[in-house]
Amino acid sequence: MSIKTKQELVQGLFTASPSNFIALREQGKEIFLSQGLPSQKSEEYRFTPIAKKLEQAITRFFPASPLSLSKEQVQNALLDGFEGDVLVFSNGYYHPEFSNQIEGMEVSILSEKPNTPIGSIAKPEKDPFLSLNQATFSDGIFISIPSKFICKKPILLLNFHQELDGQVISPRIWIEVGDFSEVTFVEQGCSLGSSPYFVNKVIEIQGGVQSQISYHRIQHEGNQVIEVSQLETDIQRGAQFTSFYLSLSGDLIRNNLSLHLKGSNSVGNMYGISLLQGKSLVDHHTYVDHKEPHAESNELYKGIFGDYSRGVFNGKILVRKDAQKTNAFQQNNNVLLSEDALINTKPQLEIWADDVKCSHGCTVGQLDEEALFYLQARGIEKTTARGLLLFAFIAEVVDKIQIESLQKYIITLIQERLGSKFRT
Amino acid sequence: MLSIKNLHASIEGTPILKGINLQVNPGEVHAIMGPNGSGKSTLASVLAGREEYEVTQGEVIFQGKELLELSPEDRAREGVFLAFQYPIEIPGVSTTNFLRTALNQIREYRGQEPLDAVKFLSLMKEKMALVEIDQKLLSRSLNEGFSGGEKKRNEIFQMAMLEPKLSILDETDSGLDIDALRIVSNGVNKLKSPSTATIVVTHYQRLLDYIVPDVVHVLYQGRIVKSGSKELALELEQKGYDWIKEEVDTAKATA
Amino acid sequence: MSKDNQLLEDLTSKEYEHGWSVNYEADEAPAGLNEGIIRWISSKKEEPQWLLEWRLKAFATWQSMAEPSWANVNYPKIDLQALKYYSAPKQSKKPKNLNEVDPELIAIYERLGISLNEQKRLQGIAVDAVLDSVSVATTFKDTLSKLGIIFCSFSEAVKEHPELIKKYLGSVVPIQDNYYAALNSAVFSDGSFCYIPKGVRCPMELSTYFRINAANTGQFERTLIVAEESSYVSYLEGCTAPQRDENQLHAAVVEIYAAAHAEVKYSTVQNWFPGDKEGKGGIYNFVTKRGICAGDYSKISWTQVETGSAVTWKYPSCILKGDHSVGEFYSVAVTNNYQQADTGTKMIHIGKNTKSRIVSKGISAGKSQNSYRGQVQVMKRAQHAINFSQCDSLLMGNACGAHTFPYIDIANPTAKVEHEATTSKIGEDQIFYCNQRGIATEDAVALIVNGYAKEVLNQLPMEFAVEAQKLLALTLEGSVG
Repeated sequence: MSIKTKQELVQGLFTASPSNFIALREQGKEIFLSQGLPSQKSEEYRFTPIAKKLEQAITRFFPASPLSLSKEQVQNALLDGFEGDVLVFSNGYYHPEFSNQIEGMEVSILSEKPNTPIGSIAKPEKDPFLSLNQATFSDGIFISIPSKFICKKPILLLNFHQELDGQVISPRIWIEVGDFSEVTFVEQGCSLGSSPYFVNKVIEIQGGVQSQISYHRIQHEGNQVIEVSQLETDIQRGAQFTSFYLSLSGDLIRNNLSLHLKGSNSVGNMYGISLLQGKSLVDHHTYVDHKEPHAESNELYKGIFGDYSRGVFNGKILVRKDAQKTNAFQQNNNVLLSEDALINTKPQLEIWADDVKCSHGCTVGQLDEEALFYLQARGIEKTTARGLLLFAFIAEVVDKIQIESLQKYIITLIQERLGSKFRT
Repeated sequence: MLSIKNLHASIEGTPILKGINLQVNPGEVHAIMGPNGSGKSTLASVLAGREEYEVTQGEVIFQGKELLELSPEDRAREGVFLAFQYPIEIPGVSTTNFLRTALNQIREYRGQEPLDAVKFLSLMKEKMALVEIDQKLLSRSLNEGFSGGEKKRNEIFQMAMLEPKLSILDETDSGLDIDALRIVSNGVNKLKSPSTATIVVTHYQRLLDYIVPDVVHVLYQGRIVKSGSKELALELEQKGYDWIKEEVDTAKATA
Repeated sequence: MSKDNQLLEDLTSKEYEHGWSVNYEADEAPAGLNEGIIRWISSKKEEPQWLLEWRLKAFATWQSMAEPSWANVNYPKIDLQALKYYSAPKQSKKPKNLNEVDPELIAIYERLGISLNEQKRLQGIAVDAVLDSVSVATTFKDTLSKLGIIFCSFSEAVKEHPELIKKYLGSVVPIQDNYYAALNSAVFSDGSFCYIPKGVRCPMELSTYFRINAANTGQFERTLIVAEESSYVSYLEGCTAPQRDENQLHAAVVEIYAAAHAEVKYSTVQNWFPGDKEGKGGIYNFVTKRGICAGDYSKISWTQVETGSAVTWKYPSCILKGDHSVGEFYSVAVTNNYQQADTGTKMIHIGKNTKSRIVSKGISAGKSQNSYRGQVQVMKRAQHAINFSQCDSLLMGNACGAHTFPYIDIANPTAKVEHEATTSKIGEDQIFYCNQRGIATEDAVALIVNGYAKEVLNQLPMEFAVEAQKLLALTLEGSVG
């Protein structure tokens, strides 16, 4: 597949892109055309055949139109016991009629905020899907949280997806969090149909001095979704950013998570659990950029892979010259449950400062048969015993979730999955 | 042997020692006691030449030489030994190798021939018995994975090997059980001689039951506020440090 | 820190010890790379037709390839047409034994501390001395041949044992493997060949000593080691080059074949000229080293101490094909001044119950860049493969960089793979502790660094280990940070 055909593939998106942010879109398009869709020869997409997948699964490479939703649909999609505000989207379009007004916070459609510095954090040169999104995003949303605003309840970004007119969904979100503010986001997708679609999403978050931001993502939309999602965050001095990804299903999912620690004493935490079966492929690419001294980053990703599923982890820690006294830790542990499952992991350290403590580790292993037998010998049925052990393996990551109701919900999702039979 | 005059030192601009005066003669054992944060460990570190501390005033004469002018290694080579409160781990370097390097550099400084392997080993055997230390421990990486007691014993073993003139024991008793304390103290006592001196820095009197001091000094707020015989230590053990603090504060108020 | 900076400025790095060169009359190929040169080399070496054809095929393959750019190193493009591809000291006639070798050449090695005189030589090491493009002498040949061991220059092996060369040449590193391997296959000049027959345990260390003397010459040697069933050999490689302002290219290929129950230990102390303090000159060391554990229960162990070269690009690897086979990689890579090293290993698990172990210790000082790049691949049928990797980096000074790029690709659920990496600096408290015991800072650094690298140095044969320790200290002299 040559680059040319790849460009032809997405031509429809360019033609149909909205007539706002013209200069920005032109820039995105130009950069995209010089990059092309990544082939598997591209180091960053070595194990994730996204271009091939798109070519096979997406026949109508046009933007999907907004859906007409009902109140019931929104209600049914809410996670049990969730207490918080909800912002509703369909195919990347904002639905104010189903969304909560959150007092003290500004939520607008992006096209109403033409001065938003889109692309200033998620630079389009970095990845062809960033430039493609910048050229073709449908309409996104602008969220601004003033300084010293403590948002106690989590904000749920609820996304409904279904192919309509086209199969490509290109959401764009800009979030700015003022100094000393605290906010928690939960994002979840909900599929209303069964035919395949492609989500190419970009979120940019700007965190002020001593702000505390956490972002949770639940990926469980079913196996018709092909998704590339990029979350790019800048945080300032003393700020803390925490992310948590739970990936349960998807045809092919690529999560690019980049965190730029731009101030001293800032802290980044990145956590993730992949629990896959069927033919799902989930690729986590994380990047932490330590720019200033005395900052800290912690990264813990665990994966359990059954059936024909495939996990990719690529974590990079960059410690720049001025980032002395950095502490950076990264860990990626995996369990393969089936002969046909596959894991490719590449933890990387790039260190340019000398007074640092950095470490990374990764392991690939399997369920401890001895332990399994021990539990069975005590009368625990095998499936339960297996679930118990696997849950124990990921419990450390689950414990990182601070919001109790969310943690409960996530545990329910995990238990549901572990209760179902993994093929071995 | 050691004469400290009006010594002031600070760390990152905060003054810790505010005019220490101390005279130590050959054959003497001095105990320096005091509440937490009084500057005891700072004094030990300044004497050994730790870089973080800045000497702002005063002088230290050791055997006729300006101690503060010397690099840390030259102080060691002149015969100053610091038994660290927290001995440092050096992975991959055995105590034996470490000590042989140290001993031969000290000998070179003093214009002596380096010890060959045979002589070095026999010296080691002799000193090992003194502090009841096991050969196995000495072939392991320096202090790596050592228990608290093993680390402190290793410090005293090093002291025995390097034969310093002035030994400074910085909180050597902290974290030791009674058996380890006995072994460590025995080692120190056996190494005492009329030509060497010892400074014992400690918070508790317990160690002084084993290493009997000639003079006890109480350090408070960066100054020696009281000196006396070994009975002073017992008094401190019974009454705590509060009465000393009160005395000092009252004196200050009346002044 | 101020004291450290002072030290950095006060102490000047020691000059490269082996930087001298010697003038001798040489047989040289004209500069340039084309089919004619390859024919010239082949005829100069009186090679059989099949080998010439093999070279020409390699040259054609190489022409279709592009220079790799993925490594974390930067250097100006090498003008391969400006290099000479063959240079050999002129010897009036071919020496039959050591006594006939030109004393001047023997003197070159004496000066490097390598005695080719068998009587003077420490018992237990046989040496093949390679100067520029050719092997000048091989010691202890007779002793070894009584056991059926073949240890000779590659050229001699082509003449004396063509069937073995034909069988194994390119069997582990095929012509098309990579750009520099293809180039080497086209123009390689000499190197060592070693063959250990079935059931024989080689009684002495075999060693090749490489020396580049001529200017503007590329060195392209080729080493082939074949260990038959249940045999054992320990092989050492050492190298130096004169201090020259221009960069020199060294693109070698090493192939190791281990049959069932055979064990090969390959140790390198690489001390090519690293360039001067300003980063001028030095060797470009682009080497392909690979072994195949072809038989069950075979074992290949690589140990390397890399202190030299301006740019190093090197990944000694093991293909673990036989069931229960074992691959090991122990490495210390030190970079100082403007040196760049991108080195590591590949462990490819194909057979069942295969094991691999990687211990990599990087030390960067000055303005150097030190990268570990490694791959652990467990193929689908490699049941119960086990790998453990430990990759540590030590930084000295704040102008250098340390990077770790491990690739871990697992396609079998019974695999157990663990990778650990840490990056740290030499602790100021460690140095102070040494100081307080009377050890000067420079020596303290040497002590700490040798301790850090001990696990790797322990793998080296005794004599080499001592040399390596000295080299480490020498390379890092004046770089406390």
